[in-house]
Amino acid sequence: MTELSNLCLLLVILVNFFALGSSRLGACIHAVALQGAVLALLPLATHGLSVHTLLLAAGALALKGILIPWLLLRAIREVRIRREMEPLIGFVPTLLLGALATAGAFIFADLLPLIDAHQGGLFIPTSLATLFAGFLLLISRRKAITQVVGYLILENGIFIFGILLAEAMPLMVEAGVLLDLLVAVFVMGIVLDQINREFSTLDTEQLSALKE
Amino acid sequence: MEMLARTALHLTLLLLFAPLLQGVIVRTKALFAGRVGAPLLQPYYDLARLLRKECVFSRTTTWVFLAGPAAGVAVPILAALFMPFGALPAPIAFTGDLLLFVYLFGVARFFTVASALDTGSSFEGMGGAREVTFACLAEPIVLFCLIVLACIADAMSLTALLGPHLAATWRGPAGLSLGLVVVCLLVVLLVENSRIPFDDPNTHLELTMIHEVMVLDHSGPPFAMVLYGAALKLMVLGAPIVRLLLPVNTGFWVVDALVFLGGMLLLAVLVGVIESIMARLKLVRIPQVLIGTTMLSGFALVLVLR
Repeated sequence: MTELSNLCLLLVILVNFFALGSSRLGACIHAVALQGAVLALLPLATHGLSVHTLLLAAGALALKGILIPWLLLRAIREVRIRREMEPLIGFVPTLLLGALATAGAFIFADLLPLIDAHQGGLFIPTSLATLFAGFLLLISRRKAITQVVGYLILENGIFIFGILLAEAMPLMVEAGVLLDLLVAVFVMGIVLDQINREFSTLDTEQLSALKE
Repeated sequence: MEMLARTALHLTLLLLFAPLLQGVIVRTKALFAGRVGAPLLQPYYDLARLLRKECVFSRTTTWVFLAGPAAGVAVPILAALFMPFGALPAPIAFTGDLLLFVYLFGVARFFTVASALDTGSSFEGMGGAREVTFACLAEPIVLFCLIVLACIADAMSLTALLGPHLAATWRGPAGLSLGLVVVCLLVVLLVENSRIPFDDPNTHLELTMIHEVMVLDHSGPPFAMVLYGAALKLMVLGAPIVRLLLPVNTGFWVVDALVFLGGMLLLAVLVGVIESIMARLKLVRIPQVLIGTTMLSGFALVLVLR
């Protein structure tokens, strides 16, 4: 079973790299959907079949793998944008930063005082690397949609961390997190719409310009 | 005596088999496009035809112009002596031969670019610049991959790197990084042999060519050497991928050789499929993809080292 979960975590990291290096929004959203679907496998792979893990997996698959990506795809169809143009930090530098962060996450995870069961596994470093990748995407891109994608990846990192505690973590907490996420995406959707209507572009740079 | 026999077997496999791979690639692409396609042995006929033709040399060229095709054939043959073909060990193996292997291809590239520059054509200079740029970006990928393999095998020669321990490694915790290494080596294979999505061997527009534009002025036997050298290079660089994916040691050299040749044919089909289903990348995107692949190979190293 650790083989399967390691494979999943590796896929998650590869999707991180892809999202950091790709300029096409559609491809980015598809990649994040794939990441969500892969994450849905993780609770089953690590803790075996039970009602709790099945619910976790189903919730993750429905929200992260299907619903939110579908909402985002609909959003880019409606506002007709396809590409992230001129990000604040270029694609290659973000990729480099992402790779550095991933390597750093692996080193840092070895230094953390973890319990023996979690020591040396791929969970903690993947979670940290995913958190950082999402954070990087949030701060380095101009288009609001890419920022939402970054937020999703950030949340995926937290989810990986949470899976380690799935035994101890009550389902309500998990459900609360997923609900938060959905609400946040809805709010962002409304904000996106507002930005789009106000400036007829989704560039968030316009928001930081002060006006009389 | 045994070493002589092994060298002979190695070179026979390489020299006879290499052009067939090109034929398989072309045939796969034709099947995808719904055509019958050229015969599988067409590359051999092409070589024979070119060898019968006379050479035409531009008046600006010197001996450097001929050094390109010569190095293009000599280097893959030399490099093949360090590369195990499937379970057949390489005729020559010593500690550190992996670095020699990588930089032998650097020598070949230097001579190809020099012969392109020797013609004085601006197109060929442009092609040379592109070739060298992409090679610069592909080199760290190869080195990272070889370091990963060296860490797994705890040895520094190609024969030991691709030894019989690979089958066990796939099942162990290092299997993940082995998978990444295969992907990275496949990207290197496509870049180094100027295939889609990095370069189009069939393109007819000089502005978009990378490798092809450097050999525009070659004709007759030198051009045959260029084509033959490209075929040899495809086989030598494909060999480690086949070995990684098919780590079987039967103990009988005939079976081992057949497994290797079958694997090479499958690899050629795979290259044909990739060429059929992918569009060519924009020139500015290629460095991005190569840097991304470098990250991937570096990540494989991180996975092995921890």
